[in-house]
Amino acid sequence: MLEAVGASSLDALISEIVPADIRAKGPLGLPAALSEFEYHRELAQLAARNRVFRTYIGLGYHDTITPAAIARNVFENPGWYTPYTPYQAEIAQGRLESLLNFQTMVSELTGMEVANASLLDEATAAAEALSLMLRLQRRADAPTCIISHRVFPHVRDVIESRAEPLGIKLRFEDVSKAEFTPDVFGVYVQTPDDRGEVMDLTELAARAHAAGALMAVGTDLLALTIMTPPGEAGADVVVGNAQRFGVPLGYGGPHAAFFATRQSFLRQAPGRVIGVSVDAHGRRAYRMALQTREQHIRREKATSNICTAQALLANMAAMYAVYHGPNGLRDIGSRVHDQATRLAAALGTLGFKQTNASYFDTVRIGADEALTTRIKNAAEKMEINFRYVDGGVQVSLNETVSERDLADVLSVFAEAGGKSGALSAPGTGKSALPGGLRRASAFLAHPVFNKHHSETEMMRYIRSLERKDIGLDVAMIPLGSCTMKLNAAAEMMPVSWPQFSRLHPFAPVEQAAGYQAIFRELEASLAEITGFAGVSLQPNSGAQGEYAGLLVIRAYHQSRGDHKRNVVLIPQSAHGTNPASASLAGMVIVIVACDDRGNIDVDDLRKKAEGFRENLSCLMVTYPSTHGVFEDRIREICQIVHDFGGQVYMDGANMNAQVGLTSPAAIGADVCHLNLHKTFAIPHGGGGPGMGPIGVASHLAPFLPGHSVVPTGGPKAIGAISAAPWGSSSILLISYGYIRMLGAQGVAEATKAAMLNANYLKARLEPHYPVLYAGRNGRVAHELIFDMRPFKQRTGIDEADVAKRLMDYGFHAPTVSFPVAGTLMVEPTESEPLEELDRFCDAMIAIRQEIQAVVDGRADAKDNPLKHAPHTAEDVTASDWPHAYSREQAAYPVASLRARKFWPPVSRIDNPYGDRNLMCICPPVEEYA
Amino acid sequence: MYPSDLKYTKDHEWIRIDGAEAAVGITDFAQRQLGDVVFVELPEVGRTLKEGEVFGTIESVKAVSELFSPVSGEVVAVNGELGSHPDKVNSAPHESWMIRIRPSDPAEAGHLLDAAAYMELVK
Repeated sequence: MLEAVGASSLDALISEIVPADIRAKGPLGLPAALSEFEYHRELAQLAARNRVFRTYIGLGYHDTITPAAIARNVFENPGWYTPYTPYQAEIAQGRLESLLNFQTMVSELTGMEVANASLLDEATAAAEALSLMLRLQRRADAPTCIISHRVFPHVRDVIESRAEPLGIKLRFEDVSKAEFTPDVFGVYVQTPDDRGEVMDLTELAARAHAAGALMAVGTDLLALTIMTPPGEAGADVVVGNAQRFGVPLGYGGPHAAFFATRQSFLRQAPGRVIGVSVDAHGRRAYRMALQTREQHIRREKATSNICTAQALLANMAAMYAVYHGPNGLRDIGSRVHDQATRLAAALGTLGFKQTNASYFDTVRIGADEALTTRIKNAAEKMEINFRYVDGGVQVSLNETVSERDLADVLSVFAEAGGKSGALSAPGTGKSALPGGLRRASAFLAHPVFNKHHSETEMMRYIRSLERKDIGLDVAMIPLGSCTMKLNAAAEMMPVSWPQFSRLHPFAPVEQAAGYQAIFRELEASLAEITGFAGVSLQPNSGAQGEYAGLLVIRAYHQSRGDHKRNVVLIPQSAHGTNPASASLAGMVIVIVACDDRGNIDVDDLRKKAEGFRENLSCLMVTYPSTHGVFEDRIREICQIVHDFGGQVYMDGANMNAQVGLTSPAAIGADVCHLNLHKTFAIPHGGGGPGMGPIGVASHLAPFLPGHSVVPTGGPKAIGAISAAPWGSSSILLISYGYIRMLGAQGVAEATKAAMLNANYLKARLEPHYPVLYAGRNGRVAHELIFDMRPFKQRTGIDEADVAKRLMDYGFHAPTVSFPVAGTLMVEPTESEPLEELDRFCDAMIAIRQEIQAVVDGRADAKDNPLKHAPHTAEDVTASDWPHAYSREQAAYPVASLRARKFWPPVSRIDNPYGDRNLMCICPPVEEYA
Repeated sequence: MYPSDLKYTKDHEWIRIDGAEAAVGITDFAQRQLGDVVFVELPEVGRTLKEGEVFGTIESVKAVSELFSPVSGEVVAVNGELGSHPDKVNSAPHESWMIRIRPSDPAEAGHLLDAAAYMELVK
């Protein structure tokens, strides 16, 4: 490979790529590398320090039973956890179908017309609901949102963090008495609420609408199996956490939050939306609809800054509904509710006073401090967690509660209350839901929710979907900027260990000593890798990390009395999330020009930094650049920003080219986020989860995000960014394992191998395709851009045709039209073996020859294998073959495919049709005929 | 290609002045840049626009653009047909008006391009 790239050694190649003035002086100070076996042995000891109590804390997080068929075939299956977000829809039909099931499930349970394909967490979804209502109202004189004083504390926390920079005024109050003054744009209410109480929303919705305001509701999907859905009461937005549909607690995540709304609001809604369209032969096909709302197109005008969804977890929740079906779900919901009413009655018999009247799964008992302490002590002896609140104790039951668990809960209260004798909780035959709140409407009548109820059927349904998709289990996924590296099994396995998966995020920290030790060590490792002083593990995605970093910078400026610093400089070449996050942080965006080689125009930067010297907040810069190049003048760039009072935010999307060789601190940055789902081996999950911790220099460390339920962050912490204090804790184990098993030398070697692989692709493919940008010595960093525009002018063949044709060769396309329209950006990562790199190059070269045939007039500009790609098995075996090229050319253009053929399940999808005929729930039954 | 009875803006809108009212749409060049149009968002009738003010958005599969009013005035009608047939913007851009406006300042029309000048712009 070195010969092919023309380098004498790997280190010589790296020296040609990375500027000398930012190179690390020595190896990273990381713990010694462990083998897989040693790592698991060591981790088992840490796992043992986590104590999994029976936990009835609630607050939107409940223990759940993940059906084994879903745990094994989805959660622990690389066919589901390794694919990327389904932008290339033709080879993502399996998870697109499942995500459509998720949307259908959420729509029907909430009683809303449409739902998106998940958001990061419930608190973020609540904040997004406020943003949506504000956007829809568009009234400058109405900046106020009424928030129920009974929302969950972490939801309140995130709403407050998000509202302040946008100038949204919040009124926390009892919504039943709330007055809708003319300045109010919306109301956010929760049911079941913080006290476990449920409320009838009909009157509130009517009052809100009469005043020209909108109503958003936070709720619980399991409750909605037996409770009247908010949609039927007139809600405009409904959000919540789908975790208790079979997704492990994981000490805070990852889980799929849901977001449902009216069809007419969909274009203003955040997140990804799956829609139904047709392919070139009229078959039904799924795709992501309304993509123009997203950051890569709309930038600062995007509906949200978040790209990452929680696809893997949304798929698990959808499969849980498929497996149980409407009757099974209703049975689970009824059983939990019945247990709660039995518990309430039995506690009443024991002399306890219940202080919530109508409820789903939560019994609230009044208790003074002395009684609370006795209950707590008795509960701890039984290894049970309740929620202890001012004036009482709350018990939130869940699907896992057995008769014995119920008896143990009663015995705790009996002991604390000094009662003895036989304990029983007989059935009451009564619902604790008011008459008007008992669900009358049916849900999930669609066949998909009514036929896969045995494990045999379930396994086959899951596998039938999985086989339609290309994940890393099928082939290399050469997506530039996405870093589709190996998600090693040894890193993944512990995520399922019960000591990690069954911990509630708000369990007492001393029960999570193993997790806490891992967090401290991971924070230290990430600080060492970035060269920074402090790390926050809270942000749940890269975009949330950006947002957290910007708020930290803002808090820093304000702490120095600099209240006017609100201008963010963003290079033209930046990823669209940068301006979207800056906009959400209430900042003013000023674009910095790039030169024709894609580098930041330093003169323009200086001019703008100087021009805004009074208002300059920061520069957001990606390094190596989004063009995959180490810009030589990066230190000078950072210095200019500092000279004019600004901070430097480094977007860590391309960190895979830095680890062990240079660092954000070395280039002069003050804060960065790390996409753990790129560089640090968390899988992409088919479109999430992700994690975006931030690292900061010492002067910013005091401002790292806090949390209202579990104290964390710096002494001058900004408010919470995520619902859970350490974000999606359970997948932090993956990055922890990656660092522990590679060690200092291993992570640096991975970086070098990633760059060697990219330069090898350049060497092999540059004779066939123009490479758009290269840095010093004609080298690229860890990714490179191939220009497809010349072909379009000559033949009409464009980047999308090449992307779709690669599917016939068994590959997922590179990144299409980012960061430059009309191009393909390729990132091989360190994980791909030479044989796979060559197979990809052979495919690209063969495609180039197919293009040449059109250039030379040997093939028709319209009827050629690129324009009709991808080809399904059905198409090439049909009796009718209308094309000028052969069936063999269509399906087996290179010999290696004979040993390894992936058949795309549908042909080219009609995108305009899908956006013009929006359908975002499972198509009606009659269409299946 | 670019009808001579229309006036054009540098933002690729056209305007057909017809007595006291005028129709506004986007040019053939604009629709080709956007590709398949899937959605057009239009203002309420009665809204008052300033010259250059955003009056709506147009969405294709791969892009979103804002629509800018060529002149100041009051919106007197919007083309509801584009709601169900956004593709008309692609197939007949210069016939597919989006809003009808009652211009408030006839002098503004002097800022607009004629067909020849616009063709030069998009050449």
